[in-house]
Amino acid sequence: MNKFSEEKTVLLETKNLGISFGGLRAVNAFDISVEKGQLYGLIGPNGAGKTTIFNLLTGVYTPDEGAILLDGVNLTGKKTIDICKAGIARTFQNIRLFSDMPVLDNVKVGLHNHYPYSTLEGILRLPRYHKVEQEMNARAMELLEVFGLEGYADYKAENLPYGQQRKLEIARAMATNPKLLLLDEPAAGMNPNETKELMETIRFVRDRFEMTVLLIEHDMKLVAGICEKLTVLNFGEVLAQGETQEVLNDPDVITAYLGE
Amino acid sequence: MSFVAHLINGISLGSVYALIALGYTMVYGIAKMLNFAHGDVIMIGGYVVFVTASSLGINPLAAIIVSMAACTLLGVTIERVAYRPLRGASPLAVLITAIGVSYLLQNVALLVFGSDTKAFSNVVTLPNLELFGGQLIIKSVTIVTVIVSIIIMVGLTLFVKKTKIGRAMTAVSEDQGAAQLMGINVNGTIAVTFAIGSSLAAVAGVLLCSAYPSLTPYTGSMPGIKAFVAAVFGGIGSIPGAFIGGILLGVIENLSKAYISSQLADAIVFSILIIVLLVKPTGLLGKKVLEKV
Repeated sequence: MNKFSEEKTVLLETKNLGISFGGLRAVNAFDISVEKGQLYGLIGPNGAGKTTIFNLLTGVYTPDEGAILLDGVNLTGKKTIDICKAGIARTFQNIRLFSDMPVLDNVKVGLHNHYPYSTLEGILRLPRYHKVEQEMNARAMELLEVFGLEGYADYKAENLPYGQQRKLEIARAMATNPKLLLLDEPAAGMNPNETKELMETIRFVRDRFEMTVLLIEHDMKLVAGICEKLTVLNFGEVLAQGETQEVLNDPDVITAYLGE
Repeated sequence: MSFVAHLINGISLGSVYALIALGYTMVYGIAKMLNFAHGDVIMIGGYVVFVTASSLGINPLAAIIVSMAACTLLGVTIERVAYRPLRGASPLAVLITAIGVSYLLQNVALLVFGSDTKAFSNVVTLPNLELFGGQLIIKSVTIVTVIVSIIIMVGLTLFVKKTKIGRAMTAVSEDQGAAQLMGINVNGTIAVTFAIGSSLAAVAGVLLCSAYPSLTPYTGSMPGIKAFVAAVFGGIGSIPGAFIGGILLGVIENLSKAYISSQLADAIVFSILIIVLLVKPTGLLGKKVLEKV
């Protein structure tokens, strides 16, 4: 039927990814394969290297070895901005919104590369400036509506309630029109109700935008509730990989989390 | 009546400080560095107008545009050659480099134009304004300076708040890393900031030299430092802060010169800075940085 219904197309693939910081092997021989439309979880104890992997995937760090492929395109060693353009967007463990800017403008920053007009047209306010800005406003409002944030459009981002800030970060990431969305501990600091709402939001994003989501999370309820597949990381290496329930019942995984 | 005249002259001088301070404050806000070479860009701007208008006889307005273009190019080049390689280096290294660039510009000007004072011809050739039957004479350059500064200030605020590149600038100033991950070209954005700051410096240079028509390779350094003070005074990183700081500084300086002592004027200006920073360390409109623990 359409491309999306084709089964098992791999969107993100890493091969033998590794990076060291001084003598510390932060990530070693990391292989992952995420299919289109999948909700994929990356879990592991603190310091296991999860966020390092996100930083490798987004070009913040350059891997010492291995390869990153998105939709068959090799992104290894590319700059952050090119990786963003290629279609990987992320949110942050500690929310990093542009807190002094209005909510709407935060989303518009995400739209930056998709709505062209030149700096000169902006300074002189030529007709194209007005037209493009209007289109951007419309698109940004649309995204805010999707996340139920349209009522906050003029608020400063820092004045939003915590849970809404998390949603705004996802909205801003979605504005870059990604193929793959990386969520770094989206439920951190949330109460159970907020977490439940967040789970629905993530599922909704996947369904509505046919989005592929790779998320890091410590909240096992969230992981078990929405992730279809899991990779468990321990000391920079893959400890287990597979269907969520299988992985969570793996004795090695239980040991890594709870100790002997 | 003379008080009003001093006040208006102070506002005019302050407007020039404000224009220069905008360059300091924007670059600081976005690149988190103090571009101490900014004052010398003003001097170069002045020389460009001097050469094109006074020597080559080009129309002064066209000369100003040439000067803006030259300073924009100069600002972007300085950023590209001297500051960009130091991105991520310690702030101290960047600061020392900026001071180095400042001396470089001064000495290149010294080499090219010599140390003698050039008589800069006023580019504002409008008649002076006479009020109250000639009791109060306001020079046309004073009025033009104030008006130009207000227009630039409003335009710049609109530009930063309402355009894509302005939003990119704000985003980079708040969080470079996050901005980059949202697809913002950080280096490009910083270059645009330098370009805008330097073209404003050219305008400031022309207005300054028109009001005080003598030009030497050191013309830019004192106004540069005072504009830096104005930027800190108003809250560095804040555009309206730079404007208010500049105007206040100009007025205080001029009134001190008129009523207290012209020798002590600078001392008074800097003492006020110290007092403001003691009472309000972030400057008048500066934001408190809250660190979440």
